Amino acid sequence: MSRSPNGIGAAVTAVLLAFASPAAAERLNIGRAASPEEIKGWDIDVRPDGQGLPVGKGTAALGETIFQERCASCHGEFGEGAGRWPELAGGAGTLKSDSPVKTVGSYWPYVSTVFDFVHRAMPFGAAQTLTPDETYSLTAYLLYLNDILKDQDFEVNEKNLATIRLPNEKNFFMDDRETAEKEFWTAKPCMTDCLPKEATITGRARILDVTPDKASEKAKESPPVQ
Amino acid sequence: MSDPKQIPEPPSPPSRRAFLRTSLALGGAVGTGAFAGKAAAVESKNLPPNVPEWSQGLGDGVVSRPYGRPSKFEADVIRRDVEWLTASRQSSVSFTPLHQLEGIITPNGLGFERHHGGIAEIDPAEHRLMIHGLVEKPLMLTLEDVRRFPRVNRIAFLECAANSGMEWKGAQLNGCQFTHGMVHCVMYTGVPLKLLLEEAGLKTNAKWLLPEGADAAAMTRSVPIEKALDDAMVAYAMNGEALYPEHGYPLRLVLPGWQGNMWVKWLRRIKVGDEPWHTREETSKYTALLPDGRARRFTWAMDAKSVITNPSPQAPMHHKGFTVLSGLAWSGRGKISQVDVSLDGGRNWRAARLDGPVLDKALTRFYYEFDWTGDPLLLQSRAVDETGYVQPTKAALRRHRGLNSIYHNNGIQTWHVLPSGEIENVEVA
Repeated sequence: MSRSPNGIGAAVTAVLLAFASPAAAERLNIGRAASPEEIKGWDIDVRPDGQGLPVGKGTAALGETIFQERCASCHGEFGEGAGRWPELAGGAGTLKSDSPVKTVGSYWPYVSTVFDFVHRAMPFGAAQTLTPDETYSLTAYLLYLNDILKDQDFEVNEKNLATIRLPNEKNFFMDDRETAEKEFWTAKPCMTDCLPKEATITGRARILDVTPDKASEKAKESPPVQ
Repeated sequence: MSDPKQIPEPPSPPSRRAFLRTSLALGGAVGTGAFAGKAAAVESKNLPPNVPEWSQGLGDGVVSRPYGRPSKFEADVIRRDVEWLTASRQSSVSFTPLHQLEGIITPNGLGFERHHGGIAEIDPAEHRLMIHGLVEKPLMLTLEDVRRFPRVNRIAFLECAANSGMEWKGAQLNGCQFTHGMVHCVMYTGVPLKLLLEEAGLKTNAKWLLPEGADAAAMTRSVPIEKALDDAMVAYAMNGEALYPEHGYPLRLVLPGWQGNMWVKWLRRIKVGDEPWHTREETSKYTALLPDGRARRFTWAMDAKSVITNPSPQAPMHHKGFTVLSGLAWSGRGKISQVDVSLDGGRNWRAARLDGPVLDKALTRFYYEFDWTGDPLLLQSRAVDETGYVQPTKAALRRHRGLNSIYHNNGIQTWHVLPSGEIENVEVA
C-alpha cells in the first residue's frame, strides 16, 4: 500500500480489483432517487469554509442562558468540565506541557466543527433538538469563553462564522508517519543480543493497580504452578 | 464523550500478591481460558472410575436453546469495561476478552464496543441509506435494496485507534483484555462501497465522503475517495448473521486496516464532497498531539502490532515444562510476514509459528512452544508486516511521539512471569 496518504489512489487500485463486479460502472437501477426534501432533512454537516451552515444567528449573551440550562451540568458553568466530561474552555499554552488541556480555544482547528458537532450530537441524550439560532448562540458563547470573541453581543451567523479563526489551526498537519517514522520500516529486526545487558523492569501496572477487580478475580483464584 | 484518558488519580492498590496467596491457600478454581472448567474435587462422583451423571440421564432436547449460547461453565468469557475511563456508559468502550479466545475470528457477542451515543436499536424496515452530494443521482436505499447488490465476503480486523491508549505513560492495566482488547476480527458480508457510489454516479470533482451514523452521536468521519473505491464495504452481516446492534445493525461501513472510529455504524447517509469536513472526531479527537505542540491528523492506517494473549495477567501459568505461548498479530498495511517472541525482555528473539489463515488486514494467530523451568520470564512479541514495518518498542514510539498522543500505541508489550505463575504488565529497558 502507498506510504503517502496523498498517493493512496495510485497504489491502491490493484489491491481490490477483486471487487470489480460483473456490473462495474453500469447502473443496476436499484433503489430510488432521494428527493430534495428528504436530503434537506438529513443534510446537517458543516465544513470549515461554511458550506452547510443553515441560515440563522446568535450571540454569546443569548448562548450563556442556553448553556447554563442545557450544557453546564456536564461541561461546567464556564466550560471547565464536570467530572470526566470534556472541558470546552481554557487550556491556552498547555499543549506542550505534561498535561495538555485540549479545548475549543486551545486545540480545535475550526469553528465550523463546534457548530456541526453541537447541532448533531448535543445536548448528550437530546441530539438534533437545538435550533440553528440556538446553535449559533452556543457557538458564540464557547468562543466567548475561550476569548476568541470579546464582545458578548457580537452576532454570529451563517455569513461570518467561517471567517472566525481559531489559534491552533496552523498546528495540525497531515499524517506523515511513513516518513517521520521511517526507521520502523527496517524489515529485518535484530534477533540476538539486541540489548547491551539483561532487560530490567522499569515500571509495573501493579504500582497503580487500576485494573477492575472482577476482571482479575479468576487470575487471583488461580491454583499454584505444578 | 471523553476518550480513554490517562489516569489522574488511581485508587489505592490492594495487595494482589497477598490476595493471591490467600486464594491459593483456600484452594481456588482454574478457569482462565477457553475450555477451562472448575478444578474438580478429587472425590467427584463424575470422575473415573465412576460413571458421570451426564452419561446416564437425558439432556435437554433440540430447540431448548433456539439461539445457542456458550456452556454455563464459560460464563466468565465476556466483554468488560473500565468504569473510571469514561463519564458515561453511553459514550464508552468495552473490551474483547482476547486471553480467552482462540483462532482469528471473534464471536459476535464478544467483539469490543465503542459507542458515542449508546446502542441505536433500529427497525430495519425504517432504516434508509441516503447517498447524495457530488453525485449524478442522489439515492435512497432500503435494506432490501442494499442486499440486492452484488455481495462480497471479507475477514478484517477492526482496531480502535485508542487501543492501548492508557499505556502511553507507563504500564497501567493488568490484563491483555484491557491493554489490547479494543480489537476484533470477523468476516463481513456486504456490498463494495464502490458499487453503491457507481449506482449514484460520482461527479469528477468527488474527492471525499462523509459517512454518517443514525445513532444519537450521528458519528461522521471524512473518508478519501481512494479508500472508498478500493476495499471499502457497506456490510450488513458479520460471521454469517446480521450485524449485532452494538456493531451497527443494520448497516456499517468497513474500512479494512483503518482506525475503527471511521467504520461508521448504523450507517444512514453518505455525502460526497470535494474537501474533508474536519469533524469533531478527526480534530478534537483521533489526532496525535506531539511534544512540540503540533498535532498529526488523518492517521488512518493502523500500524503493525502484536500481543501475547496466553499467558497474560488474566491467564497465568499453571505448569512448568512444556508450554504453548499464543498470541495475535495484525497490520493495517497488509499481511503479517513474521512474528518473533522473546522470553528475556527483548534481548533475544526466536521466530514464532503462524498458524491458520494469514490474511491481508486480519488478525493472525501465532504460537511459540517452549519448556518453562519456573524461572521468571519477560515475555514479548514483535510483528513484522509485508511492507517491512517492524513493531517498535514503546521507548522508540515515545521518542517520536512523546506521551500525550493517546492514539496508535502499537509498542511492544511485556508480560512478567513470576515463579508463582502469576503474570504482571511491566515495562522494561
